[in-house]
Amino acid sequence: MRKLISVLLLLAVMASMFTGCHGTKGLPAFEIPAEFDTARNYEITFWAKNDTNKTQTEIYAKAIADFEALYPNIKVNLRLYTDYGKIYNDVITNIATQTTPNVCITYPDHIATYLTGTNVVVPLDELFVDEKYGLGGSEVKFDAPTAEEIIPKFLEECAFSGSHYALPYMRSTEACYVNKTYVEKLGFTLPETLTWDFIWEVSEAATEKDAEENYLVNGQKVMLPFIYKSTDNMMISALKQLDAGYSTDAGEILIFNDTTKKFLMDVAESTSKGAFTTFKITGYPANFLNAGQCIFAIDSTAGATWMGSDAPLVDIAEEDIVEFETVVMGIPQYDTENPKMISQGPSVCVFNKADSQEVLASWLFTQFLLTNEVQIAYSQTEGYVPVTSKAQESAEYIDYMSRGGEDNDLYYDVKIKAAQLLIDNTANTFVTPVFNGSASLRSAAGQMIEEVTKSIRRSQTVDDAYIEELYADMTSLYRLDGSRQTGSGEKAELGALPPMAVGLITGLVVVWGLIITYAATEAYKRNKKKTKN
Amino acid sequence: MKKLLILLLTLCLTLGMFACGEADVDPNAKSEGTMTYAEFAAAALDTEVTIEAFVQAKQGWWTDDQGISKATFYTQDGEGAYFIYDMPCSEEDYNKMSVGTKIRVKGFKAAWEGEVEIIDATYEILEETWVAEPTDVTALLGTDTLINHQNKFVSFKGMTVEAANESGAAFLYKWDGSGQEGDDLYFNVSLNGTTYSFTVESYLCGSDTEVYSAVKNLKVGDKIDMEGFLYWYNGVNPHITSVTAAK
Repeated sequence: MRKLISVLLLLAVMASMFTGCHGTKGLPAFEIPAEFDTARNYEITFWAKNDTNKTQTEIYAKAIADFEALYPNIKVNLRLYTDYGKIYNDVITNIATQTTPNVCITYPDHIATYLTGTNVVVPLDELFVDEKYGLGGSEVKFDAPTAEEIIPKFLEECAFSGSHYALPYMRSTEACYVNKTYVEKLGFTLPETLTWDFIWEVSEAATEKDAEENYLVNGQKVMLPFIYKSTDNMMISALKQLDAGYSTDAGEILIFNDTTKKFLMDVAESTSKGAFTTFKITGYPANFLNAGQCIFAIDSTAGATWMGSDAPLVDIAEEDIVEFETVVMGIPQYDTENPKMISQGPSVCVFNKADSQEVLASWLFTQFLLTNEVQIAYSQTEGYVPVTSKAQESAEYIDYMSRGGEDNDLYYDVKIKAAQLLIDNTANTFVTPVFNGSASLRSAAGQMIEEVTKSIRRSQTVDDAYIEELYADMTSLYRLDGSRQTGSGEKAELGALPPMAVGLITGLVVVWGLIITYAATEAYKRNKKKTKN
Repeated sequence: MKKLLILLLTLCLTLGMFACGEADVDPNAKSEGTMTYAEFAAAALDTEVTIEAFVQAKQGWWTDDQGISKATFYTQDGEGAYFIYDMPCSEEDYNKMSVGTKIRVKGFKAAWEGEVEIIDATYEILEETWVAEPTDVTALLGTDTLINHQNKFVSFKGMTVEAANESGAAFLYKWDGSGQEGDDLYFNVSLNGTTYSFTVESYLCGSDTEVYSAVKNLKVGDKIDMEGFLYWYNGVNPHITSVTAAK
């Protein structure tokens, strides 16, 4: 009987050890400590995204230095990325090994996937209102904004699955950077609000060539009248404007509908005339715009410093830049009375850790990123907009916004007009529902435009049958058949175990196997001895 | 005895040549249905192309959000080079493809910011191996004919390191200095009064490579020889794989 109990106990211990592996049990939920322990030292990691912009890097470094001066017991280690996708992939990898960063610039769509682990991301609602350490709390050592001072529309974007899982950090939208000189040369007048029909029509007109195969409008061999940087946004915005299906809040996929098909056919028609292409297929809209080879360049307002003949940042040879008048407009609309444009830009989330004091230190740093000094400085690096009314209404920011065109650097007019576009249209912005799988749906939305554009360029037929096949391919490739949308409260596969974890588990199995063998051998020997005796 | 020795030596040499696998390899030999480099160069963008070439460098293997593994390769035959971008490729096959491995690639010819590449490609690993010698293109810098060597393994001789920014740094992390250790390195080199921007592409040569360290140790005014691949981004933007003091 004793032997049986021993074996059962052994098995129980083994089982508990194995179920504890791979973080499936997760961390306990974060609870706000009553006091921040300033007698201890903390080292936190901050994964940040910049737009390959040295000034942004310097602002992060200064923010960290300023924060560390206020909190000498907190050291912030910065890791820089230039790609949200890379951050996402690295976070996913690190969730499995419980080595996530403490604070991370990210997108809500990505956080929704992080949430499939247990207590991976800290819900911030209680922290927002904590009397001591909440937004503008009594024990916070800097002039933080209150919750009410965060632009409500931007804060709402960080709420999903019943909580706020992020703070907005910067906001941008998309703008259409227009070569007005060429529009007028083609005999058109820019309307107050761009429409899709206007863009298709002007773009088609721009494809006319002379006998030597030079485009009439620019006299060059290259003219790509309409280039869209983010085809994900292109499809999402068009569907939103047409009030067509995309997805429900719960994650039901609605994108494969007739409106999508009609829009893809418009894209196909324009591509067949040489009037439309994409960043992925051809290159950066800004480079072609500045070379006089593009008329409508749609890109983020956070890319404004690259746009126009006098852009402070350029990626083409100086001798290739063409002089023209740049106009910053909203993206094309279907209903000019009811414009809709996407809200985008980085948000920042806090990852949970076993040490609640470390999490509190992370939260304090996150809050510091919303101070006026950081917000205004970072927003000035591009066509970004601060996410707090406290910053937007400050004398410093108002002065900055009023000085557009004073120079081609800090006060570059295209950049300031791009930021103004979002400020004027904050009420017209939208975001798509966030759920586990929403990032994939977003990719599929853009991929359909890429596929149709490539197929037309390759002289393939794009018709109803093609679209039906495309829908099936996208559904399968991006797992949009419902198999992935588990809801944020449920567990989802975190992928294959990392090699180190596999090694550890294998090691444990071998060690326990040896222990059991040894125990069994010893028991057998004792038994034998007893029998002999 | 002497005869026996000679015979043995001859045998060893012959076997050695076969072991190299390159002795009889004609880098321009093509299977039926495969384009010559001239045919590839003449093909219009967005048309389907099938080429055979030898891997000269691998620029990273990665898995995208949908779990599809992809890799990018510099490949070359005896006439010209082909940049194979983001080709779906298993890790096992990626490891099989070493420098010199011959592959047959079918995909679409494309151009991104001036860089001619083959995209949406599939591949087949072939038996032969061949490694290209670098083509010295120093004298072609600044000429219109340089582009004819796009994506080839090339060398540059006797160039002078110039300041990469106003503060006199010899190299920058990322093009504007906004990066950090592990990111691409950008540095300027001049020849006959003209300055060019060269890059150590971190996916091709990471921070643990000799060239990455060598560039970090450069000083303005150093005379250097370089080898690398003739990448294009709105003009020539070589991806350097080796830096040594000029001979």
